Amino acid sequence: MAQLTCDKVTLGYDGKVVRENVSFSVKSGDYLCIIGENGSGKSTLMKTILGLKAPMSGKISYGDGLKEKEIGYLPQQTDIQKDFPASVYEIVLSGCLSKLGAKPFYTKKQKDMANYQIHRLGLDNLKKRCYRELSGGQQQRVLLARALCATKKMILLDEPVSGLDPKVTADMYELIDALNKKDGITVIMISHDIKSTLTYATHILHVGKDIFFGTKQEYLKSDFAKVFANKGGEE
Amino acid sequence: MATIFETLKLYFTYPFVRYALIVGVLIALCSSLLGVTLVLKRFSFIGDGLSHVAFGGMAIASVLKFTNDMPLTLTVTVISAILLLMSSKNAKIKGDAAIAMVSVGSLAIGYLLLNIFSPSGNLSGDVCSTLFGSTSILTLTKTEVYLCAVLSVIVVAVFVLLYNRIFAVTFDEDFSNATGINANLYNFAIAIIIAVIIVLAMNLVGSLLISALVIFPSLSAMRLFKSFKSVTVCSAVLSVLCSLLGILISIVFGTPVGSTIVAADIIAFLVCYIIGLLVGGKKI
Repeated sequence: MAQLTCDKVTLGYDGKVVRENVSFSVKSGDYLCIIGENGSGKSTLMKTILGLKAPMSGKISYGDGLKEKEIGYLPQQTDIQKDFPASVYEIVLSGCLSKLGAKPFYTKKQKDMANYQIHRLGLDNLKKRCYRELSGGQQQRVLLARALCATKKMILLDEPVSGLDPKVTADMYELIDALNKKDGITVIMISHDIKSTLTYATHILHVGKDIFFGTKQEYLKSDFAKVFANKGGEE
Repeated sequence: MATIFETLKLYFTYPFVRYALIVGVLIALCSSLLGVTLVLKRFSFIGDGLSHVAFGGMAIASVLKFTNDMPLTLTVTVISAILLLMSSKNAKIKGDAAIAMVSVGSLAIGYLLLNIFSPSGNLSGDVCSTLFGSTSILTLTKTEVYLCAVLSVIVVAVFVLLYNRIFAVTFDEDFSNATGINANLYNFAIAIIIAVIIVLAMNLVGSLLISALVIFPSLSAMRLFKSFKSVTVCSAVLSVLCSLLGILISIVFGTPVGSTIVAADIIAFLVCYIIGLLVGGKKI
């Protein structure tokens, strides 16, 4: 049974249709990359998957033990965050918020969880540091740790390597790959970076005038890959 | 020096001076709490805008000859706060423009109403004291002090209970929504708290200077500290100290209370800014 199924979903906002008839499904342990040009509806699709926006038609269903609000989300950085006075620990801990229920404060269990994720992503020596003083790659790791606090099953990453230098980008991809392969966390990634996408992903969803969904091998044989390859992975 | 203490000692025998100090400290504490959130959400001017709304509300109340203008002012301000903070994301008129519009609009209407239906002879005196809070803090009645104390306790309690959620929602609204936190609910709570604080603070510094009380302590604290918790605590402490100092100075030297407090806040900011530069090196 699939963790996430999109069935003939129409994406759009303010009554305007962006993309019609989007269907795909994600199984536990999959590594799905969503690619497509700017304005193709990738971010609308992402918001719809996260339940921030209702689909205009069609159905999104969650299964295999995954609930709608249990997807760990790694958003793109916002302006607010660039000068936010907060320690790494405070930010990672805030990922546990949904587990609080009606309680006002974090319990030891949630603090342990935050510490565990900080350790898991190698952020131990940055725990007390201020978020805004970290490098771009370190900030992404912090946000990833926060996302992992919110989920055990699936993470959704929105262009996680944008603005990072090549070395840090490679590290980030390795890290995500390890989470997927070793820990069995399902990964959905929105990406511009076709080359790396094809290295790590198991499935590809190409959103555009035509929609492709299938395994990486099927994608490589399709016409979509040729068009994209000719552009050299640029958008 | 000795004479200053003598003077203070003498003044403390008057209940209205003690009331002023109590209320001043409480308001300073409350107003600093949400400062960090508002500054980071780019809502620094909401204090200004809402205080003008509160001025409009006060004008209506006095035209209608209400003996206690607090309930009406509070209602009007809370509603405006909710509308401003909630609509900011998708509204046709964006955050800053909406605030500017509401702010000058209610200031003008309030003054117009007072001018046409003025209940007292000393119109410019009334308006001046509402805008700059020149004397009203020294004329507080016991009931007002109690009301202020109760509201302050509620504000602080709500802030402490919602602290973790306010942090998460301020830092990343989308993430909070995606993990099942109802960010709008907490934005709603923030809007109500800030409206209550502003109506309270009108007594202390008047409606033109409230923004200073909300943003200066947190901006100062942000120069020095690096975690959300320490910034919040530091800005509360700074705010209380500055307003205590401001009230004492204004009593001794007969300066206007509101502007003296704000002057103290500005000096504190400059000191923190310089310390921040010396300690932190490069960053602003």
